[in-house]
Amino acid sequence: MEKKLIYLDNNATTKVDDKVLEAMLPYFSSEYANPSSIYSFAKNSNHAVKEARGKIKDFLNAANEKEIIFTSCGSESANTAIRGVLNMNKNKRHIITTKVEHPCVLNLYQTLEKEGYSVDYIGVNANGELDLAQLEEAINYDTALVSVMYANNETGVIFPIEKISEIVKSKNKETKLFVDAVQVTGKIPIDVQAANIDLLGISGHKFHAPKGVGALYVNSKTMITPLIIGGHQERGKRAGTENVPYIVGMGKAAEIATDFLKYEATEVKRLRDKLEASILKNVFNARLNTGIANRVPNTTNIGFEYIEGELILLHLSDLGICASSGSACTSGSLEPSHVLRAMNVPFTAIHGSIRLSLSKYTTEDEVDYVASVFPGIIEKLCNISPYQDELDALRKLRA
Amino acid sequence: MWDYSEKVIDHYRNPRNVGKIDNADAIGQAGSLACGDSLKIYLKIENNIVTDAKFQTFGCGSAVASSSILTEMIIGKTVDEVRKITNKDIADQLGGLPPEKMHCSVMGYEALEDALKNYGEMQDYLDLDELREPEKTEKIVCNCFGVTENMIWDAIKQNGLKTVEEITNYTKAGGACGKCRNIIQDIIDTYYHKEKKEEEKVSTLSPAQKILKINSIIENQISPELRKDGGDITLIDIDGNKVIVKLRGKCSGCKNSNLTLKAFVETTLKEAVDPHIEVIEVE
Repeated sequence: MEKKLIYLDNNATTKVDDKVLEAMLPYFSSEYANPSSIYSFAKNSNHAVKEARGKIKDFLNAANEKEIIFTSCGSESANTAIRGVLNMNKNKRHIITTKVEHPCVLNLYQTLEKEGYSVDYIGVNANGELDLAQLEEAINYDTALVSVMYANNETGVIFPIEKISEIVKSKNKETKLFVDAVQVTGKIPIDVQAANIDLLGISGHKFHAPKGVGALYVNSKTMITPLIIGGHQERGKRAGTENVPYIVGMGKAAEIATDFLKYEATEVKRLRDKLEASILKNVFNARLNTGIANRVPNTTNIGFEYIEGELILLHLSDLGICASSGSACTSGSLEPSHVLRAMNVPFTAIHGSIRLSLSKYTTEDEVDYVASVFPGIIEKLCNISPYQDELDALRKLRA
Repeated sequence: MWDYSEKVIDHYRNPRNVGKIDNADAIGQAGSLACGDSLKIYLKIENNIVTDAKFQTFGCGSAVASSSILTEMIIGKTVDEVRKITNKDIADQLGGLPPEKMHCSVMGYEALEDALKNYGEMQDYLDLDELREPEKTEKIVCNCFGVTENMIWDAIKQNGLKTVEEITNYTKAGGACGKCRNIIQDIIDTYYHKEKKEEEKVSTLSPAQKILKINSIIENQISPELRKDGGDITLIDIDGNKVIVKLRGKCSGCKNSNLTLKAFVETTLKEAVDPHIEVIEVE
């Protein structure tokens, strides 16, 4: 049995780039000083954090380095942004978000609802695209915050942030816009100024930096309270000694990612499209869950009708292939993905939906191999399915 | 990643007895496509023995493994033996399942139960013990997953479940919108209350029934034993849980009479009637 690892789950996490690791290492060993210290030994670590901040500023095209706050992860960035904005606007009690946000944001909004906020959850269409008319209608004088993801982690569908920002600002100038950009970082260019974004969160491990570091952009016109209270670090917006090696690593990763944006848009996209087209052509019960929606270049979400996703993943795993599924069984949550449900993916395919997410490390050989094994695995699982009549009908239809 | 046992992995990788039996003697079904797993089981039964079994499953690794091992467990067994198989037996045969996956073994049990019920009907055979209270049979508790009160009841009984979370792991009930969690709690309470009631049934006897019962036990069980030793006992009065008796014959004045009273008379009455009974001797 083939056991070479083929990693197609880059929306879950990514491999740390060798150059990133190399950049980090000195800050574990020789350059261990606390960047806040006064002696000259601390100069290098202090300078390294500054340099990384500059790199993240450039990466997001922020106007000023002071607008970048380092955090421990995407969830912390989101929690800081959301709580921070609401605390500064206590008189406003209305929030708008989407039905397909990441759980780190959705669960926070459910908590806020219990605390007395009213939250509107904007839906998506069958391709996973946001209902902008519904969004526009929902904004009112009391809306403190609109919170949308830049692209969805399960489908890769990109939301038109510039347009959303326009809608928000034209309806209520005081309403703040928070963008969870974790799933687009390193995949498409981010320009917080052009898109007129107030707050934007990213996470290092989604673009080849290590887990345990993230950043939050807060534009100079937006005031927030800190989530973690303590020392004066991050200009009082996030207490805690700077995680110097990880911050350096994320800075380096941002620099490399900028160079790779073109590669993502061309080569990664080409391989994703090749894999996707091959599966859709050769597997009779496959459907592309996102239709013609605009997506990040590395992600595909395919539903296989009348078979179950965890079983597909287990058989892929036996061949060394890593992917993920929106199926209920995978997570133990009993319900299939909230994203696919919001899209009304047919119940025949929702439990058999698989996400494949590539990276700059994905090779053509890997893609060809995965494409070649898919039909066999799906055929084997179709043979176990109790829905033989339905599968036969589908087979005839697609033939 | 689930921590599946070697056996589970073996069975989902190489499922046994996959397929359909064309002229099956019994067919059972459980679960549904919308709920994320479903199972069909086909049985060939000759001379009351399951000679062949096949399955088709839509579901995760542990669902396929549960179905696959179930077919192995029943082939060659008599219908009566097969009737005794519970979801716990299936999970045990697999070397255990993660708690969140126990519902897969329950689905296997339900499909088997469905097949046997439908075999019973085909044979025009009705096992009275299998008959459900009619109002319980149809009552759906969890609308998200179509789980009935009966299914929850069975899961509690077979696995000794005590919390709503366990019920969700075993039957899926309450795992989606969560609106039925209160009802599930009520079912758990009712179940254990009922069990307790059975234990305490005697203490809920009416006072008259209690007097009759104590009298009958003294006359038919205790007195004959004492007479063997040349003594006897008379019931004088019953006041709540106080049973007043008079020892006669050799028992009267015997230095072991207190032992007789406490260790034999009182213990016998406590076990048979009410644990709070106290026996008092009068001269």
